Amino acid sequence: MEAANQSDGPVIQVEGLSSHYGGKEVLRDVSFSVTREEIFVIMGASGSGKTTLMRQLIGLSQPAQGSVTLLGNDLTKITKSELFEVRKHIGVAFQGGALINSMSVIENVELPLNQNTTLDPSTIRIMSRMKLDMMSLRDAENFMPTQLSGGMLKRAGLARAVIMDPNVLFFDEPSAGLDPVTSAELDELILGLRNALGMTVVVVTHELESALKIADRIMLISDGQILALGTVDDITHSKDPEVQAMLQRRVRDRVPVGEEYLDHLTEDEL
Amino acid sequence: MSSPLSSIGRGTLIALQELGRMGIFFAMVTSLSVRARWEIKVVVQQLRFVGARSVVVVAVAGGFVGMVVALQFYDTLVRFGSVSLLGSAVGLSLVRELGPVLTGLIVIGRAGSATCAELGIMRSDNQIDALECMAIDPVRYLLFPRFVAFTLAVPLLTAIFIVVGIFGGWFVGVAVFNLSAGTYFHSMADSVVGHDLNMGFTKSIAFSIIIVWICTGKSFLMHLNQSIVFGAEGVSKVTTDAVVAASISILFADYIISALML
Repeated sequence: MEAANQSDGPVIQVEGLSSHYGGKEVLRDVSFSVTREEIFVIMGASGSGKTTLMRQLIGLSQPAQGSVTLLGNDLTKITKSELFEVRKHIGVAFQGGALINSMSVIENVELPLNQNTTLDPSTIRIMSRMKLDMMSLRDAENFMPTQLSGGMLKRAGLARAVIMDPNVLFFDEPSAGLDPVTSAELDELILGLRNALGMTVVVVTHELESALKIADRIMLISDGQILALGTVDDITHSKDPEVQAMLQRRVRDRVPVGEEYLDHLTEDEL
Repeated sequence: MSSPLSSIGRGTLIALQELGRMGIFFAMVTSLSVRARWEIKVVVQQLRFVGARSVVVVAVAGGFVGMVVALQFYDTLVRFGSVSLLGSAVGLSLVRELGPVLTGLIVIGRAGSATCAELGIMRSDNQIDALECMAIDPVRYLLFPRFVAFTLAVPLLTAIFIVVGIFGGWFVGVAVFNLSAGTYFHSMADSVVGHDLNMGFTKSIAFSIIIVWICTGKSFLMHLNQSIVFGAEGVSKVTTDAVVAASISILFADYIISALML
């Protein structure tokens, strides 16, 4: 297994990734790379394949074809124990926080250190409190997950994701379900983590405003394929009509209404 | 439209696939007993949940079952003038059959269903994925402690059921029907031998493994079953399926063990 801290080469390298689900092709020949300390945003509509892509980037599912190299390790070829070693160097912040319901906030944050290190409990507690301070959650350390708001859940999940000071941080829909103010706060946190801790960040989102604010590069996915890949300027100035439609939030097909809709129905449906 | 034959074929293939997955799951969890570090704190938590918190319901059930069994046997034995065998009948029924089976069903209803639902919610909510992403093996952290807890707790609960049931039978036989206490316990001691206790103990161990295997496996593997959706509906379905499957499985195992050991 390669060392997690490589000084050169991309942090993530994806080659020819293809994936199926229930007989349907979800990803088709996707190739890209993510460089060190970059904030790389993967954007797409619902059902475009971005969540499937993220799961394959972190080794939660295997592609039908292609390879994913994370921190120098081909996830399609390594053993389960090697994959667990790689995961000690990444952090994943899930959409709803994914906190363990039977544990308090601070117990959740301490969990990776408790399980993966031999640090004594008092040191672990100090480190966890530092991360909760960073997320402005120190006062909620003894709350149970069911007592937290949506924004607090995400920040607690983020505190847990960064407790091991990972090289790469993955976000799954960080702004989903948040109000604009809380969403903006989370964007600032993401930027702060990259700037202060030098993390590489991969964000999967469908929130355009957040993506344009935080991204170094954006990859647009549509129907399982890469539609566009480039800097924020490249994407916003793209002449591709589908890219512009996504940026301007235009519907793909005009939705028929009234009499037109009745005419649109087939005989079978009637 | 598919024919009935192809529906049967499809259903059989799905059932075999499920059985294969559950078999691999069982091998995966049990192999940890020799190679992984034990989460003692989680084992103790689970023992408290499965065992300690089930004592009252098991004891109450045992008491009433013992009383009913004594009542029913008394009514039959009195016709043949064999009331002195009441202790024997109650003891053998509880030790060989009713103790292990009814304790198993109670544990399924209480701890098994709760465990299945908890793991189902964890799966739906990405908590199990989160554990994997934290480099924590969910099989070692979540499942193996539950296997240990159920395997330790169910035989002990069965013993409590049987003991309380015996005293329930004593209450009916001695306090209600004026049978001599000495006759009650003496006939029990004469009839209930080591082989009967072995049978009861073997059944309780077997049932504990079946219960935890099905109740954890059904929910832990629900993401591999494409007919189940995540969320409340999916969790409800796997929990119901697990309770039904575990209940029928222990009744089937009861027959097999009885046939082999009698």
